[in-house]
Amino acid sequence: MKIAVLVKQVPGSDSPLPLNSNQSWLDENGISYVMNECDNYALEEALQIKEENGDGEVVVISLGPDRVQKVIREGLAKGADRAIHIQMNSDGVADPLSLATLFADAIRDENFDLIFSGLQSDDLGMGQTGIIIGEMLGMSTASLAMATELSEGIIKVKRELEAGFFQWVSMALPASITIQSGLNTPRYPSLKGIMGAKKKEINIVTPGSHDVKQSAKKVYVPQSDKQTVMIDGSVDEIVNKLVEVFRNEIKVI
Amino acid sequence: MDILIVIEENNGKVHRMGLESITAAQTMAKGRGFSIAALVMGSNADELATQVSNYDIGEVLKLQHDLLSSYSSDGYAEAVKQVVEKESPKYVFFGHTYQVRDYVPKISAKLMKPFLVDNVLMNSDEEETVFTKQMFNAKLYSDMIAMDEGPLLISFQSAAYSSDNAASGSASVRDVNINLDSSMIKTQSEDPFQEESGGVDLTSAEIIVSVGRGIGKEENVPMAKDLAKAIGGELASSRPVVDAGWLSSTHQIGSSGQSVSPKMYLALGISGAIQHVVGMKGSKNIVAINKDPEAPIFEIADYGVVGDVLEIVPKLSEALE
Repeated sequence: MKIAVLVKQVPGSDSPLPLNSNQSWLDENGISYVMNECDNYALEEALQIKEENGDGEVVVISLGPDRVQKVIREGLAKGADRAIHIQMNSDGVADPLSLATLFADAIRDENFDLIFSGLQSDDLGMGQTGIIIGEMLGMSTASLAMATELSEGIIKVKRELEAGFFQWVSMALPASITIQSGLNTPRYPSLKGIMGAKKKEINIVTPGSHDVKQSAKKVYVPQSDKQTVMIDGSVDEIVNKLVEVFRNEIKVI
Repeated sequence: MDILIVIEENNGKVHRMGLESITAAQTMAKGRGFSIAALVMGSNADELATQVSNYDIGEVLKLQHDLLSSYSSDGYAEAVKQVVEKESPKYVFFGHTYQVRDYVPKISAKLMKPFLVDNVLMNSDEEETVFTKQMFNAKLYSDMIAMDEGPLLISFQSAAYSSDNAASGSASVRDVNINLDSSMIKTQSEDPFQEESGGVDLTSAEIIVSVGRGIGKEENVPMAKDLAKAIGGELASSRPVVDAGWLSSTHQIGSSGQSVSPKMYLALGISGAIQHVVGMKGSKNIVAINKDPEAPIFEIADYGVVGDVLEIVPKLSEALE
């Protein structure tokens, strides 16, 4: 069983998001990066499948500038066997179709049985790349996986639907599955894993040029049209003001 | 035609977001002389066609095929792709539903045409149409443009356009055909089911105290529970709290949980990611406490406190008792 896990490095939820001078994208200095949340679940799912099978290979794949090797190392430290780094300056690239083409080109000859990726990235939130790659490589696809079961060349995926519904979908391998957060408990890397990761192979791929199909023209902080009453002061003052609002404004006590 | 709207079914009827797409299409068409058609398919195509034909659009395309009687990503992607190839619209509109996220990226790959997703707004001038989407967990907006002649695949976020504003009319219905055989469908689907329903019915609660990742750890959940009790409300949460196993999924508010509109929604340590907001933005009063002044929850809050939930909540419970 050969499993690819696509991991993306994104700004952490507490990171500042400074805009660059012409507001075409972020000023990447000063951003603190982390592994995209649902990619972490995708990685854990792949590692668990490998461990249950007793053999196989988990390959982490990330696209971006040199900084993304931090999430690649994190994946290797958690137990992935090797990595592919598609090295390019991805600042401001917001085009799933061209990025998926680069991924598909980089991994076509690997003939993965499974591709796992996060359902969507916490930065762009396009939610398409894993499915497009699967389609480009002629694989079965499914999104929003909340559980997976493998047996004899078939993967069964519990898909999340809207309003609290689920559905089991089965398909033959190879398959590209996008993973929803919450389907397992991602591990932390062990000290041994961190040491071992340094010796693991990272294959660096430099992609060719690509057609851009969509792009961000301007990025900005949204203007709220709602008037929010901000309550401040010491903790005691805040508590008193909140009780006052509950009683006299919202009238719930 | 200029705009093709792909209508999704929900329990035999048109999905609410399909009607919202009609409003979006009418908005774009206004003043530009654009023609609009809507595509219905599946086992209830007749019923859907009747419903959609009551709106001010040019025509309804009805697609019936045995292999489309229930949803599959392969079947739906291939079907819509073939209709798009035959009809050559400039734009193909969808509601940004879970189903659309599942199959429309496949159409994008098949046609090598971009899919601009989850838009909250669009603005056209003579040169181009700009589609606005949220990014970075709704902390920033991005104006997106397509670098392609089309057909462009476009989806709209829930409530980006109101279904109440869809102009009514009378549209003709035309049958369309495609070539689909079972070898094209690689997935087998079982029936949808609900898990551990019951438990907490949050939809009828007057007051909801909802916790997010900002409460820090499982040991802090009882603190919020005490506050809910003190104020006579129900305890709810955002998705990360359920993912972490701190509360069961019956407490979850948002696109994959329950949708609520209580008299007061007290959001504790909830950042306000869109997946959560769609489930609670209809609340009459939103009170948010969060230590991050930039948290998007403050954009929809009526009352906001920038502060530490762990310090404020116990004292608030005490004061209420």
